[in-house]
Amino acid sequence: MNWNAWLPLLMVASSLLPGLVIFGLGEQRFRLRTALNLSGALAKLALVGWMLWGVYHGQHFETRLPLLPDLDLVLRAGPLSLLFVTLSAGLWLLTTIYAIGYLEGSPHRSRFFGFFSLCVTATVGVAMSGNLITFLLFYELLTLATYPLIVHRGTEEARRAGQSYLVYTLCGGAALLLGTVWLYTLTGTLEFTPRGFIHAVGEEHHLALVVIFILMIGGLGVKAALVPLHGWLPKAMVAPAPVSALLHAVAVVKAGAFGIIRVVYEVFGVERAAMLGLTGPLAVVAAVTIIYGSVRALFQDDLKRRLAFSTISQVSYIALGVAIAGPIATIGGVVHLVHQGLMKITLFFCAGNLAETLGIHKISEMNGVGRRMPWTMAAFTVGALGMIGAPPIAGFISKWYLGLGALEVGQGWVLLVLAGSSLLNAAYFLPILYRAWFRAPADAWPHEHDFGDKETAWALLLPPVITALLALGAGLLAAAPFSPLEWAQLISQREFYQP
Amino acid sequence: MAAIFLEIPWAVVLILLPLSGAMACFLWPAVAKSVGLVTVSMLALSVAGLVWQVMEYGVYRHAVGGWGAPLGIDLYADGLSLLMLAMTALVGLAVSIYATGYFEQPHAARFWPLWLLLLAALNALFLAADIFNLYVTLELMGLAAVALSALSGSRDALGGAMRYLLATLLGSLAYLFGVALLYHGFGSVDMAILGQRLEATPIVWAALALMTTGLALKTALFPFHFWLPPAHASAPAPVSAVLSALVVKASFYILLRLWLEIFGPLGVEGVETLLGLLGAAAVLWGSVQALRQTRLKLLVAYSTVAQIGYLFLAFPLAAGSGITAWNAVAYLALSHALAKAAMFLVAGNLLRFGGHDRIADLDRVVQRLPLTVTAFALAGVSIMGLPPSGGFIGKWLLLEAALQQGRWDLAVVMMLGGLLAAGYVFKVLGFAFTQAGVPHESKTVPASMEWAALLLAVAAIVLGFLAAPLLALVGIGAPFGISEVAP
Amino acid sequence: MSTAFFYALVGVGLFCLGLYTLIVQAHLLRKILAFNVMGSGVFLVLVALAKRTEDALPDPVPHAMVITGIVVAVSATALALTLMLKLAKETGKAELAGEGEE
Repeated sequence: MNWNAWLPLLMVASSLLPGLVIFGLGEQRFRLRTALNLSGALAKLALVGWMLWGVYHGQHFETRLPLLPDLDLVLRAGPLSLLFVTLSAGLWLLTTIYAIGYLEGSPHRSRFFGFFSLCVTATVGVAMSGNLITFLLFYELLTLATYPLIVHRGTEEARRAGQSYLVYTLCGGAALLLGTVWLYTLTGTLEFTPRGFIHAVGEEHHLALVVIFILMIGGLGVKAALVPLHGWLPKAMVAPAPVSALLHAVAVVKAGAFGIIRVVYEVFGVERAAMLGLTGPLAVVAAVTIIYGSVRALFQDDLKRRLAFSTISQVSYIALGVAIAGPIATIGGVVHLVHQGLMKITLFFCAGNLAETLGIHKISEMNGVGRRMPWTMAAFTVGALGMIGAPPIAGFISKWYLGLGALEVGQGWVLLVLAGSSLLNAAYFLPILYRAWFRAPADAWPHEHDFGDKETAWALLLPPVITALLALGAGLLAAAPFSPLEWAQLISQREFYQP
Repeated sequence: MAAIFLEIPWAVVLILLPLSGAMACFLWPAVAKSVGLVTVSMLALSVAGLVWQVMEYGVYRHAVGGWGAPLGIDLYADGLSLLMLAMTALVGLAVSIYATGYFEQPHAARFWPLWLLLLAALNALFLAADIFNLYVTLELMGLAAVALSALSGSRDALGGAMRYLLATLLGSLAYLFGVALLYHGFGSVDMAILGQRLEATPIVWAALALMTTGLALKTALFPFHFWLPPAHASAPAPVSAVLSALVVKASFYILLRLWLEIFGPLGVEGVETLLGLLGAAAVLWGSVQALRQTRLKLLVAYSTVAQIGYLFLAFPLAAGSGITAWNAVAYLALSHALAKAAMFLVAGNLLRFGGHDRIADLDRVVQRLPLTVTAFALAGVSIMGLPPSGGFIGKWLLLEAALQQGRWDLAVVMMLGGLLAAGYVFKVLGFAFTQAGVPHESKTVPASMEWAALLLAVAAIVLGFLAAPLLALVGIGAPFGISEVAP
Repeated sequence: MSTAFFYALVGVGLFCLGLYTLIVQAHLLRKILAFNVMGSGVFLVLVALAKRTEDALPDPVPHAMVITGIVVAVSATALALTLMLKLAKETGKAELAGEGEE
């Protein structure tokens, strides 16, 4: 049996099937549910490992199923797909463990984990898609699967947040669909090809290509939270912490950024995009988003909202790296996909811990919490320093490469944006750290849960510590083989600038 | 053994079986439920048999009583007929399963004979090869449908049924007038023969106007849609499902056939543009009205008005896009039938559960009726045209046809329609999560009712993955003509 | 003009008269009668057009169509009258609710 043709599909199924079964489980069957969740996550990691090993040895993995008379559903394992899939699979396992701990005793857990699994299925599909229609299919599936997680609590506020989310993402999806079909009528194919597939389109369609680009980037930019399409993200913070962690580090936001990478490099081709004058405006939009997100973050007292605006800002580094259109900037943008994921998920896990253990939702309530929850705050510190760009944490590596890449193509102004953003990051993260470590705590925490001697439940403590260590490792060991940086260098070489 | 199955005249079975079943149900009301269910199951198998037969032998043509055209009645089955027959069988099976749980005596005794008569009429309609036979089957279908929608006997149901009856009779009469003119002009009612003999004379224009108007009235195309919301919303849930899914598709099917075989080759651009315009108006107006509704059944009924508009958007696109536009229509019609039937069955479940169908008071049904809400969500995905679903495939094909010809106006209408549909679908889903202001006594919903709705919705989604084989099936007999534009 | 053509025109006229009444009159019995008049108009057209030339025998096919049409009209009228009676019993008057609005 030709495994190579089925492996990508199995990868998608490894979270879909457990998810469907979990929907049918009663609330009390938590052992079976946990077993299903974890076995699905571990199976996915195993498949990822197999695929990585296979690709390293030159094997080819592709699933191709007919969807329309002239278009196929294509799932393919390439370096970029594998980067995103590995990130997703690894973080899914950790988030599942975290969610099991976080939702202990909450109602409707079967429903939650069912949709959770569907989200990961969609994310993996987005990562492994080999053409635009497959990408679109899983991209919209992601919207549909994340909606029930946002409205999970069933309050009026949650319903309205879900409504806002849908307005943004479905309009974005419509723009993406329109651009995709239009492109299809011009090119007759939608397969992702290194350096793009629009060469054959003639001069007279230049304007059409520009509009298609705007439609696609607009559609993707909603999920990637480019300003002014970011409005849904802060409102979606009403969802439980594991959802915010997953949405902001792995699934939705990254899917948008990943899509932008795909469109610029493997649909248009970065050289053609630059020739059409598209990369310049994209760089400006990314830069504006970076600064705007950071400025808004400064004025938030709610911890999750500050982190939300920080996400808006940080994910645009990826878009900026893409828009600068140089090989070194590419490395910076692509590797930030991984680095930002690790750091941001750490921060959200910690925020969730503070809320769940001590009832802390606002930064003003965080005085002295470092003494009460040292491990959590240590992980938070690592994440925050990484966001600021302090070496040796991973964030520093991304910023370094972005800066170098900007200089390489003579776009010096980007350095100002990076510097400004780092300063702003410091301005809104350092005060939090100061409060947590150096201020005396208030008399009582807003709503304390007792965990005995332990700081908090194991399931809540382990994931952020692990991701913080990974973020540290990705930075410290960036020069080692198989680090995310090496991988990004490989992608930049292999896919974008082949001789 | 297999050879015997191929030789049975399945087309004849498809008409005679439900007719005799209807008689049996009428004569022995006590066993109506079982007889009905068995008949519909056998109908589904017969459709499968016919599909197999056509795939083996090609297009099927049968002269009833041995008298062929132009005097006799011919039965004709090509890919398009097969699609409609399969749609009828699938929706019919699900609705029948639902009805066993929904109707108690004495309503059941009235429902089953009428329902089987409706099925017989639908099957005969999709197999008809001449325009007069289409008239007869159209009337039979219309009368059965009206009787079914008046079944509950309430004031709203009777009023809706009356309005429906008057509209449908007016439509058929206009259609008959057109048939008279065409026969007088060209001496035959057989569609294939008419297609060959037709020329552009004033009689043909008059016939075109009459028949198109009459059929548009029966299909509830804007602005002739006024009868649909009251009738579909006040009928019992399984009847509403059938009305929206199958009955309006039947008159559309006739319009489509007339267009493809007879009027299309005349090249009537004005009429195409008009139909496209009315379709666009239907999409937008129907969707906006659906958004404004506070009751679920009315929301779903207006959604039907909108979705029918999509079908008419293909008319201006057909000339330049080869078979893409018509393939889109086939797919949209089929997906809509499955999804819309599922939605009405869901509405029935919610009505049974809470005693009302007010959208804002849906009181956490996502947890208490999970199968039902899942069915609505999946059906909604198809109605919105989101992947993966049959609705998405139809929307993609229609968009492709529009953008290929630079028809931006139609493309924008399609996208807006999809977004508005998302508006009203998620309005319902959002309230499914929240708590109602005042809790209501809830009654249990039989499993057959929940599963019937869910299976239809899942079918609409699965349809999204079957485009390649299904479109090949539809192409048997080249109902859409040979494509002039190479893909 | 030939007699047949004259009868055909009368049929068209009946159709239009019936259509007008169907739309304008509110009482259901009048609507049903109007529909029957329209039907008769169409049948008249069919019969009239069946006579193709002065001396040849008329074409029997439209006659068959008329007979079918009459049967259909009778059944439809029966259904309509029953519905009207039930509606009148429920609401007290034989009119559609909200007549004229949409």
